[in-house]
Amino acid sequence: MFTYIIRRLIIGLGVLFLATILVFILVAESGNPLALLEANPLEPKSTILIRSLVLHLNDPLWQRYWIWLSHAVRGDFGLSVNNIEVGHQLQIHLMVTLRMVILATVFSIFLAISVGLIAALRHGKPTDKVVTVTNFVFLAAPVFVVGLMLKVFVAVPIDQHFHRVILATDGEQNPLATGSFFQRLPDYASHTLLPTITLILATYASWAIYQRSTILDVMDSDYVRFARAKGISPSRVLIRHILRNALIPVTTVIALDFAGILGGAVITEIVFGWNGLGRWFLDGVNNLDVNVTLAYLLFTAVIVILFNLFADILYGILDPRIRYGK
Amino acid sequence: MASDETPRDSLVRDVTTPETSVHSLDVAPSQVILEGDSGMTASARGQWATVLRRFLRSPQAMIGVTVFLVMLIISYVYGLFNPNAYSAISATINSGPSASHWFGTNTIGQDILAQVLKGTLQDVQIALLVAVMAVVIGTIVGALAGFYGGKVDNLLMRFVDLILVIPVLVVLILLAHVVAQKADNWFWLAVIIGSLSWTYIARLVRADFLSLRERDFVEASRALGASDFRIITRHMIPNAIGPIIVNATITIAGAIVLEATLSYLGLGIQPPGISLGLLIEQGQNSATTQWWLFVFPAAFLLLLILSVFFIGDGLQNALDPKKNRVRA
Repeated sequence: MFTYIIRRLIIGLGVLFLATILVFILVAESGNPLALLEANPLEPKSTILIRSLVLHLNDPLWQRYWIWLSHAVRGDFGLSVNNIEVGHQLQIHLMVTLRMVILATVFSIFLAISVGLIAALRHGKPTDKVVTVTNFVFLAAPVFVVGLMLKVFVAVPIDQHFHRVILATDGEQNPLATGSFFQRLPDYASHTLLPTITLILATYASWAIYQRSTILDVMDSDYVRFARAKGISPSRVLIRHILRNALIPVTTVIALDFAGILGGAVITEIVFGWNGLGRWFLDGVNNLDVNVTLAYLLFTAVIVILFNLFADILYGILDPRIRYGK
Repeated sequence: MASDETPRDSLVRDVTTPETSVHSLDVAPSQVILEGDSGMTASARGQWATVLRRFLRSPQAMIGVTVFLVMLIISYVYGLFNPNAYSAISATINSGPSASHWFGTNTIGQDILAQVLKGTLQDVQIALLVAVMAVVIGTIVGALAGFYGGKVDNLLMRFVDLILVIPVLVVLILLAHVVAQKADNWFWLAVIIGSLSWTYIARLVRADFLSLRERDFVEASRALGASDFRIITRHMIPNAIGPIIVNATITIAGAIVLEATLSYLGLGIQPPGISLGLLIEQGQNSATTQWWLFVFPAAFLLLLILSVFFIGDGLQNALDPKKNRVRA
């Protein structure tokens, strides 16, 4: 097991290294990040020169990459095009995005498991059909469509009806709000509710569909039929035999899907005007900002690699039949 | 069922109708005559006839096919007869749905119906190109990796790792930013989405090939002196085609979502081009007062994706009926 983890981490590092090179070349070669500054006739030439020196824009590509890499491994992600420390920015924006992502992940898991369970227990009945079609609709719907629908058809009518902002649709918090954390809690809740629901709806559907089919598979197995034949009560069969086995594959799917949640969070942030990681990354791309783009990529990739590994380890713990070779 | 049957053999057989027993799979026998007990003759359905029959009998799949085709045909025919309607400017601006403009008009008096239909066509065009790319690249790479194993296989799996590690959307945003300014932007958009969409089919084909290459009929054709190329194209790919088709439809749905998302972010189709994602982006800010600018493109986008999903699901069930079957 230990050597397996080490091997996976080494492969992950290799892939990560390759990914940073590719993205570095892609962003660095796509244009001059200071073009806007240079177009401004009032900007002194010396400023532009200093900025391009700070960003190493005049060095050869491989040298720039080496400078970035040697600093990044020490935790220094350099300066953004706007002259702000990237590592610090990453932290600030991450805190914003995490509010949404953590809440959405937790609730999606509960929603997916319960919806999948209900559909499986009512297999073939109208409840199952309604639930399955609903799952399909949310699986098919792009994140931004769900978000916009909630905004237009839920938030706006409610706010108009009560003549004040109950469900905020723009930003992660009221920038003017003051007071302690608890005094600001209602404001946080008002801003967080709809984006979180959007992300939940975008995330849960595929898990619920998967959960339904695993439960059906397990219900069909010989050991469940045997447990029933022994005369064990249906609720005990459900909890001890069906759920215990049916939850194992879903845990891995959930952990593997984490890249998808982060992607969904980018879109949700744009729809609801959150100043999170996704917005920051998109601005970085539009500014042709190598350091911001690479920091975001590195961060998401490390999370995804760790979650994939975590999924494998968890699978081995939950299902003792799984053994990792070598 | 005999124990030496492989999963592929049994899944193409309809469990409920015993007369559809077809043996060899690489040669599809269309005219096998079976003698019944009562002396009646019945011709056995071929593998694909069975699949097609099952597909046609699934109401869900038929709804999907109908909706998809109707949307496509209407969009195409409308564009054929009114080639410039989507950009034509009329005097009625900001008007809601009416008899002359079914879906209303926007701030400069353009007809939303014409724009939505044009956008639908554009989305399907991109999605189909993506699917073709994904199927061709995915099948070739997966086949080579599964058939030869070793270095080719290793390289493929590392590339798949690479794609898995970086969220696809992030790479797409980066690439789309590069191609956003190009002329014929829809083509490049399709190319970059396609170049990231083939890994799933490749993995699938690889997994199929790993088991297929151990099968007797592959051994037999090799013993008869068939070349690798012939074995792969004539014997192995036909046996792996089912999952490829199912995943081609899933790729189409995924491509529509990705294209719409990129267009929504301003990195996809650029004006004066039109796509449903772009229309939604343009309509979102006035969605509360001029709902038709947002609702119609969003509804068409949803319908389009859902219909493709239903087609894919129907195909999946038709090719592999056991997956959805549960003994009580």
